[in-house]
Amino acid sequence: MSDERKYRWVGTRPIRHDGVDKVTGRANFGADFSLPGMLHGKVLRSPHAHARIVSIDVAPALALEGVKVAITGADMPDIASEMGTAGEGQVDYAEVSRNVMAREKALYDGHPVAAVAATTSEIAEEALSRIVVEYEVLPHVLTVDEAMAPGAPILHDHLRTAGLDPVPDEPTNVAQRIEIGRGDLAAGFAEADEIVEHEFTTQMVHQGYIEPHAVVARSGEDDQSVVWCCTQGPFTVRAMCAKLLGLDVSKIKVIPSEIGGGFGGKTTVYVEPLAVLLSRKAGRPVKIVMSRQEVFRGSGPASGTRIRVKLGAKADGRLTAAEAWLAYEAGAFKGSPVVAGAMCMFAPYAVENVKIEGYDVVVNKPKVNAYRAPGAPPAAFAAESALDELARKLGMDPVELRLVNAVKEGSQAIYGPKFRAIGMVETLQAAREHPHLKAKLGPNQGRGIATGFWFNAGMQSSASVSLNEDGTATVVSGCPDIGGSRTSLALMAAEELGIDVQKVRPVVADTETIGYNDATGGSRVTFATGMAVIESARDVVRQLRERAASIWGVELEQVEWNDGQALPINGADEGELEPLSIGTLARRAARTGGPISASTSLTARGAGPSFATHICDVEVDPETGVVQVVRYTAIQDAGKAVHPGYVEGQYQGGAAQGIGWALNEEYVYDEKGVLQNPGFLDYRMPVASDLPMIDTVIVEVPNPTHPYGVRGVGETPIIPPLAAVANAVRDATGVRFGDLPMSPPTVLARLDAR
Amino acid sequence: MESMHYESPATVAEAVRLLSDAPPGSARVLAGGTDLLVQMRIGRIDPALIVDVKRIPETRGVAVRDGALVIGASLETMTLRRAPDLEKNFPGLAEAAALIGSDQIQGRASLGGNLCNASPAADTVPALIVLGAQAEIAGPEGTRRVPVAEFVTGPGSTVLGRGEFLVSLHVPLPAPRSADAYLRLIPRTEMDIAVVGSAVSVTLDAGGTCTAARVVLGAVAPTAIEVPEAAAALIGSTLDDAALGRAGQAATAACNPINDMRGTVEYRRKVAAVLTRRAAAKAAERAAGRN
Amino acid sequence: MGRIHVRTRINGEATEFLCDPRQTLLDALRDELQLTGTKEGCTTGDCGACSVTLDGLLVCSCLVLAAETEGHDVGTIEGMAQGETLHPLQQKFLEHAALQCGVCTPGFLVAAKALLDREPDPSEKQVRYALAGNLCRCTGYDKIIRAVLDAAAELRGDTR
Repeated sequence: MSDERKYRWVGTRPIRHDGVDKVTGRANFGADFSLPGMLHGKVLRSPHAHARIVSIDVAPALALEGVKVAITGADMPDIASEMGTAGEGQVDYAEVSRNVMAREKALYDGHPVAAVAATTSEIAEEALSRIVVEYEVLPHVLTVDEAMAPGAPILHDHLRTAGLDPVPDEPTNVAQRIEIGRGDLAAGFAEADEIVEHEFTTQMVHQGYIEPHAVVARSGEDDQSVVWCCTQGPFTVRAMCAKLLGLDVSKIKVIPSEIGGGFGGKTTVYVEPLAVLLSRKAGRPVKIVMSRQEVFRGSGPASGTRIRVKLGAKADGRLTAAEAWLAYEAGAFKGSPVVAGAMCMFAPYAVENVKIEGYDVVVNKPKVNAYRAPGAPPAAFAAESALDELARKLGMDPVELRLVNAVKEGSQAIYGPKFRAIGMVETLQAAREHPHLKAKLGPNQGRGIATGFWFNAGMQSSASVSLNEDGTATVVSGCPDIGGSRTSLALMAAEELGIDVQKVRPVVADTETIGYNDATGGSRVTFATGMAVIESARDVVRQLRERAASIWGVELEQVEWNDGQALPINGADEGELEPLSIGTLARRAARTGGPISASTSLTARGAGPSFATHICDVEVDPETGVVQVVRYTAIQDAGKAVHPGYVEGQYQGGAAQGIGWALNEEYVYDEKGVLQNPGFLDYRMPVASDLPMIDTVIVEVPNPTHPYGVRGVGETPIIPPLAAVANAVRDATGVRFGDLPMSPPTVLARLDAR
Repeated sequence: MESMHYESPATVAEAVRLLSDAPPGSARVLAGGTDLLVQMRIGRIDPALIVDVKRIPETRGVAVRDGALVIGASLETMTLRRAPDLEKNFPGLAEAAALIGSDQIQGRASLGGNLCNASPAADTVPALIVLGAQAEIAGPEGTRRVPVAEFVTGPGSTVLGRGEFLVSLHVPLPAPRSADAYLRLIPRTEMDIAVVGSAVSVTLDAGGTCTAARVVLGAVAPTAIEVPEAAAALIGSTLDDAALGRAGQAATAACNPINDMRGTVEYRRKVAAVLTRRAAAKAAERAAGRN
Repeated sequence: MGRIHVRTRINGEATEFLCDPRQTLLDALRDELQLTGTKEGCTTGDCGACSVTLDGLLVCSCLVLAAETEGHDVGTIEGMAQGETLHPLQQKFLEHAALQCGVCTPGFLVAAKALLDREPDPSEKQVRYALAGNLCRCTGYDKIIRAVLDAAAELRGDTR
């Protein structure tokens, strides 16, 4: 259905509605908001990776003129364990509480231990230096290897490994063991003509959004608090602030600012509950802006991992068995995305005999949070690198090997369901036909390909469409716009209403203005919130037809909505009835039944998975180990690209982040467990001169469950690059790099050992 | 909180007076501030007095005088790079200056600041040393000249005494058939601190034989280090591959680096050879083109 | 030392403000003058979000003391559009979808304008190196580079 539809607005590239504000500096981001009488809050953070907090004395800080209030873990209510949503995943509010403010132990370098609010940020900073904390430093663990070793220092005495039967009664750092699989693994390997087996490690990395977390909280004597902050999930912030402080959800209103990047990292709370608590105690508004150093030390990066993969295949390339073992760093509290990693890693392939074992491991580092396709990039790095080796062993073209095994409509996904229409084969075919794959390589250059899969999320959305009295429209959603989704929503409303997209004003509302919305995340806004917008707009169109029918004195079925006007049909067109435009109907709304608007709240099902194939060329300096990406192509199924410019932007941005993950980004800790590179100088994200143009191909295999065929596109693009780059380096040098990042010293050491 | 004083004197004498009157260790000279302000921000230093020297004309210009290019110590590299006398005479120094940070940093950072910050990884210091540059220092006793090679005494420390500050750098104009080159290794293409830097200057005779050379490495020891053994490997040769290789080996042997998150000892030693070889070849090619 | 009285010009307009001796130009712009278009991303000169011009030279305002601007000209993103007319760079950023979250955008625009003011016909490589001091985590830079090259062509009057 959807592929045959002709679109007027969907698929065009209008200028985004918030664009002029953003190119002129007018757009207000998290730190741009201030209130009269506002205090400035600062957070004191543990300098130790693991330490018992023997005592905290805030009195010297409070004695400083201008310091109004100080809080520690003792001021945070003790709350019972209770699971809630954050981004695409589940979190235990009791652990969120302990992450935003340490109690008896500090569990990582950067873990908050106290906070103050003062009349200026300089005084607040000075106050921090006067707080006296007595620590008893404990031995720490930084990697899954250290944390899983026998006799390892234990982070949480109460933690037991879930997923084992019976649950053992030993303290452990392994929070969970999971296993997924099917078929007969031994038989699968026995059947194989070739087997490859490799081990991989990746380091903790950060989302690297340019805007640090920022919040202003104002609380009143009536117990109500208003929170302005940059977040992907205003409703999540509301829920968490309420839960952590023991308040009713209705007591807290969250007003999201413009958001300067998130990539999953702004789907939980850090300083927000502290600002609310400080403002309640001080009786004045409190603003907290994290420094870049605090963002690196005290927000939620992505897991470092160790992964083993074993693949078996017939001589013709058909996979007979796939086995994997994954251990992911969760950070200081349980909840790494190892499950998603396990589910994704072989999802692009139809292999019958599979066993994947995963471990969620706590370590003395910041609690990880979602980062774009959380869990999938390291797992796909391992799987796609192993596939590349398999292709070499089989003497097969890597695209052909993947095509032979690619899942298609009707294939049973390794993680459970049967796929509906999907674009895995189509992205591979597009790669095969792309000129990039045929281009000649220069000296010291190599080429790699890799694929990626992400589920995409639906979840809960609410949106409303209101017709204004002049025939323009307002679209209200509750999902912060992180990369142009406001305009995508406007495009869908324009499509349904039949009016110019610039006549539609899309708005991101606060938590009291629109029904509940899950966070912007999971590549779900254009898909799920888009469905709520389309439903609302269709409701508005039905109302418009009703008004026309009543004006004309005909039945609803005799009114068709076409291109922004009501037309008489089914017999009504035999008379003298003139079409009624949306403007006319809007102006006459008062006399025909009142304002015209509709709102929709839904749980969106059927988010179509998105598959991608990336092609990467690198040049490796054999004498220095420097790897330069010289050409890159990202091919991905979008279902239907609503705004192709921003779809391409997602592909390019995800690819760039993946390239950074592959080449130079990593958290570096010293032997004491202190983060050595909490800044953009030594946490090396790609700069403009590091990258080539990133070519994109938008494949469109419509998602059958969406009215326009839309699939989420935001997350999949970060999955293939890690292996695409590694496979290209393998091609250029003959060396398989299983350990990321492939920074120059690492690369040169391996090249020299050839 | 201690309050900080900011002063921006217009003359050398006034600056010297301000610096001399301040209690020892309490005053800092501000040129571009790209290191100083970061150190203040992270709490590494907490000066009671900042003396901004950018209003002092002697620290600002760039001109050829008495057979040398005189570069004001506080002149930002973005302006310096546009001086026609720089690129023409000292392409290696020009490329080192162009490598200090982003365009934003170049809008502030100066050669004087790069030198006085006394980081072992400073890009322009090796490039200045191979050119035999001198530092002109003003102080309570008047002015004095110190070779740049002797200016930095350790990480973060210099020969500057109480009340003294760096006014200008004097780079002797090159002899015929002489040229310089500077290369550094960073993990990315921009925005990083040098993991290894290598500056080379060479002079050729009419037949293409190297008659003089200097080789200085950055980021492989507590200060920039001159490697006379590498220069000796070049002198007397036609800068053929064998000679370049020997110079590289000498560079590796001279390294005394540390392991840190930017590079390992082993990596720095290897790359010192590679960069020295490449820089020497580049300098030789430039020198051959100058008759 | 108390607060310093600074007389400067911001976007061509004579401006006076009071600042703490330690206060950076970035903080003075945002906190004293409410010019919040200049963004803070790192305060160490590594991200370029706070880019402004000082006497026409591109700088990170987080690495300039506010007191240093006495008698100098400061240019910020707020001064780039002329009344209701966007600068061609601003227009091209919109047309090319060269921003996603938009927080780095003011810094990129100020830096790109500084580049085109001194080099009207830059190569792709020149643009990439000139903008290497501005971090963008959303776009992978592709559309930003294209927007700058396109704006440069328009400013030169190229019709190609």
